[in-house]
Amino acid sequence: MITVHNLTKTYGENTVLNIDNLEIPKGQSFGLVGNNGAGKTTLFSLLLDLIQPSSGHIINKDVQVDQSEDWKPFTSAFIDETFLIGYLTPEEYFYFIGELRDRNKADVDALLSNFDDFFHGEILGQKKYLRDLSKGNQKKVGIVASFIGNPEVVVLDEPFANLDPTTQIRLKGIIKDLAAKEGVTVLVSSHDLIHVTEVCERIVVLNKGEIVKDIHTSAETMKELEAFFAG
Amino acid sequence: MLKHFIGLQWKSFFRSASFKTEIWFKILMALGALYFIVVFLGMGVGAFFIIEDMEIGDPLRVVNQFMVYYLAFDLVFRYMLQKMPVTNIKPLLYLPISKTKVVNFSLGKTVISFFNIAHAFFFVPFSIVLLTQGYPPLQVIGWHLALMALFYCNNFINVMVNNQNVVFYVFAALFIVAGASQYYQWFDITLHTQPIFDFFYDMPWTAIVPWALLVGLYYGAFAYFKKHMYLDGGLAKKQTEAKTENLEWLDRFGNLGTFLKNDIKLIKRNKRSRSAVIAGAFFIFYGLLFFTGALEVYDGPFWKIFAGIFVTGGFLFSFGQYVPSWDSSYYPLMMSQNIKYREYLSSKWYLVIIATIISTILATFYIYFGWEAYAAVLVGAIYNIGINSYLVLWGGAYVKTPIDLTSNKKAFGDKQAFNAKTLLLTLPKLVLPIGIYAIGHFLISPMAGYIFVAVFGILGFAFKNKVFTMIEGIYKKEKYKTLQAYKQK
Repeated sequence: MITVHNLTKTYGENTVLNIDNLEIPKGQSFGLVGNNGAGKTTLFSLLLDLIQPSSGHIINKDVQVDQSEDWKPFTSAFIDETFLIGYLTPEEYFYFIGELRDRNKADVDALLSNFDDFFHGEILGQKKYLRDLSKGNQKKVGIVASFIGNPEVVVLDEPFANLDPTTQIRLKGIIKDLAAKEGVTVLVSSHDLIHVTEVCERIVVLNKGEIVKDIHTSAETMKELEAFFAG
Repeated sequence: MLKHFIGLQWKSFFRSASFKTEIWFKILMALGALYFIVVFLGMGVGAFFIIEDMEIGDPLRVVNQFMVYYLAFDLVFRYMLQKMPVTNIKPLLYLPISKTKVVNFSLGKTVISFFNIAHAFFFVPFSIVLLTQGYPPLQVIGWHLALMALFYCNNFINVMVNNQNVVFYVFAALFIVAGASQYYQWFDITLHTQPIFDFFYDMPWTAIVPWALLVGLYYGAFAYFKKHMYLDGGLAKKQTEAKTENLEWLDRFGNLGTFLKNDIKLIKRNKRSRSAVIAGAFFIFYGLLFFTGALEVYDGPFWKIFAGIFVTGGFLFSFGQYVPSWDSSYYPLMMSQNIKYREYLSSKWYLVIIATIISTILATFYIYFGWEAYAAVLVGAIYNIGINSYLVLWGGAYVKTPIDLTSNKKAFGDKQAFNAKTLLLTLPKLVLPIGIYAIGHFLISPMAGYIFVAVFGILGFAFKNKVFTMIEGIYKKEKYKTLQAYKQK
């Protein structure tokens, strides 16, 4: 589904990302871990064509992302609050995204009804604009919005941060289901090793912009990761 | 302690993202400031002699007569633009600094605000002129001090009524009613307020009264702030109750409707965009200055075209100018969502066009000033639609200052309007149509001038697709730089 070729990103002298080759097959739940500054968000931003690669490129389902916009219809993402429109209510925001992805109100409502649990009654019908929601609730809105319109690739940067424990557990279930049942390629980054090992079939560790580990998740994965990060 | 506070202030000023601009812009800004200082100084010095020449009475008394409007206008102006001192208090709250000190510092900071200092450029020279003209020093000084206190009173009144929109609108309405009734000679408020200001001059010791008032207001503001210095009190962000709106009638426009719906909500729900649109609406009346012959300097024939462009282009200049910065806070979303650049730009273009057409219809009343006046408005509209609508979008590609939608500060005179490239692009917006008109006007007839400008507009309209492809290319090229710039708030 996604192929990374000789990708580098440098700022001045400083190389923040350098990946020779990375292949993510369709329907994989892919986890990206690494310390601050490892290049996780940089990789995701490159995948979404929000920054330009210094060399190399990323191919998302036969589309080279920095050359064509054709990857947009089947790719969705939630990176941070800049993906939210602060002056809309959550409903309006969902419908807006829905319309951009050719989903009418009924389609969006049907999708949202699956997330009643996840929203915990704090999102819909609250008479609040997104800018006035708490950080955690904003995140819930952004994550669910990225599921609208049956995307084939979903990119979530740090989806577990700022969420309460109940929601974290529910989100893990949702992500697993997406990859397993619907064949969606899910890319998740996190600082939390436990969450990633639980959710992702494959975990890639970035360190100073380079891939240092590429693990197929198994019972030993947690130990291996802890050993690596303990240094 | 004060040393720390001032240090913080210094850094926050010089390290703010908006301060780091190109050197030429700083020079331009300095020149602009200098210009205004000179104008104010000139007014301060000249006002006395101008009023004397007009022979409508003792200059000091005349100034006193209109002082109430000056003060009221000052208050309205402050309410709209002056930044509240509460910002940046938050990180100080849990530090070992007494609240009294924090509040005193925050309030003290407002004292050296530009809004207070600016008046000195008028009043200091004016008072000096009074002294040189043989007015008794003691009385002039008393008067001067009293007025100074009154401006500072305004400062603290503004601090206290901030965000009380009801109070503000009632006050602004009273101010307008007073102005109107004075103009139509129903009721002259200045006759009743002039004696107050005269008093400060006639009996200089009464200057104590406004100073006492000032001290009272300071303590009022102090107590108010101290009491409300909690995160869920005065420091809380205002939340308005949200209402979900569907605006389904726009659905028939397909993808375009999706964006238009969003833009309408953007305008309705954010302070900053609302003020831009209101400012744009006022432009409709701008033509009155030209067509009524109110100002002699505007009597030249091509000023009519200039007026026509502004009358119908208010929205274009106040809102269109800042595309795409309106979407700066969620630009990454727009860039990664299933949106084609062309659709995005088209929706903004249509918004500008619709607003221009509405302004043109509203401006029909210019027919009252003769067919030529309305012809100028119509031709201006055609030019705005055909040429200027592209130019604002084009210029927008180079505008890279994020807009904070929720705050009104910098709403006027934002530096982003003065980007080198956008500045160059204003030439064809205003100068070119005037030039085209002048050619027609002087070679053939005024009518030909109008037709020339209109033809240009229609030609521009005809090449829409070509122009859009070009603008789209520029936006794509600038995309990464724009994203980068919007990140820095």
